[in-house]
Amino acid sequence: MKPKVRVATTSLAGCFGCHMSFLDLDERLLALAEAVEFDRSPLTDIEHCGVCDIGLIEGGVCNSENVHVLREFRRQCKILVAVGACAINGGLPSMRNAIPLEDCLLEVYRDGVGLANAMIPSDVELPLLLDQVRPLHEIVKIDYFLPGCPPSADVFWSFLSALLEGREPELPYELLRFD
Amino acid sequence: MTKCINIDGVNVPFEEGQTIMQAAENAGVYIPHLCHHAGYAPHGSCKLCSVRVNGRVCTACTFPAAEGQSVINNSRELQADRRRLTQMLFVEGNHNCPSCEKSGDCRLQAVAYYLRMEDDHFPLFYPPRPLDSSHPDILIEHNRCIVCSLCVRASRDIDGKNVFAVSGRGAHKHLIVNSPSGRLGDSDISTDDAAAHICPTGAILIKGQAFHRPIGQRLYDLERIDGSPHAGEASHEA
Repeated sequence: MKPKVRVATTSLAGCFGCHMSFLDLDERLLALAEAVEFDRSPLTDIEHCGVCDIGLIEGGVCNSENVHVLREFRRQCKILVAVGACAINGGLPSMRNAIPLEDCLLEVYRDGVGLANAMIPSDVELPLLLDQVRPLHEIVKIDYFLPGCPPSADVFWSFLSALLEGREPELPYELLRFD
Repeated sequence: MTKCINIDGVNVPFEEGQTIMQAAENAGVYIPHLCHHAGYAPHGSCKLCSVRVNGRVCTACTFPAAEGQSVINNSRELQADRRRLTQMLFVEGNHNCPSCEKSGDCRLQAVAYYLRMEDDHFPLFYPPRPLDSSHPDILIEHNRCIVCSLCVRASRDIDGKNVFAVSGRGAHKHLIVNSPSGRLGDSDISTDDAAAHICPTGAILIKGQAFHRPIGQRLYDLERIDGSPHAGEASHEA
């Protein structure tokens, strides 16, 4: 039997919308499950990314933990894929980039409406926020990009089925969308 | 006898005084562009219409057509250059398509689709840029401005008003408004003006129109910017 292709997925500064869209593969997930097995992913509960063929990353990078996870994926995955608008250009979370980080924190945790015990969280367990949200390609080498907010299930299918068949992935015109 | 230039092996007629872009448009040949608009004075700033004329790269919107010219438009090299230029336009501004009401009707986005741009390639600038919502009916979202100057030319040459100008140089180049406060609400622009409708991106918008047509039914959802229909995959590269 052909060894299964190992795939890891994660969401950094994303909303898991890309993962939901991935699940929209519906019955095609059964065909996919014949060919791939999942390593670290919200679908498995594996904590650290092992050696993988394909890593799919949703979301940009907004804190120190995102940076560590992204670098771990790059070390472990032969092919690393930026999935969705946020991974590619920062997306919606990057709309905070024009606002100083301190102002963001004060507005959300101290000065916002209806806050009880207003204070900026500072537990040592919490990853530190970066001053700006950045896209993946500014931090590690990215091999492929799947645009869209989210990329449709057809985008995932077109991309993964090409890789699994050993073809160079090429999105058909109709599947290339930024919205 | 009709004078002709040759674009990608096809003879295209032109009249004396026309640019390569005008000859191409009359013949139905698509050359990618953003700052060019038929009937407007050429500006030559976006460089997307770069073509190879007798071996030299020129902007088709400014270069005069001349008998016997050999023009390469649709080559792998030029499309790659145009893709890089488009990526620069994206990273220099804040072009967040999912949250932009122009998405699907946006010429910047449609050109990016045509050029098969899948990523931004360059580091993003995230420039801090203001929003001018001072006018009751018209919005300026500077984050999406690519400084093509179409609104400047529309206001000056079509509307006879001079509402807009471009100020600053390089990364500091930006659109300014001709009013005592510098705000659009204090200018004499109106929703009937060509300048209020000419913006190729979502930088100048008529308020209250955002979702009259849902995403999926918009101009470039239905056809490509080169005019070809969506269905039936055609190659963009020679």
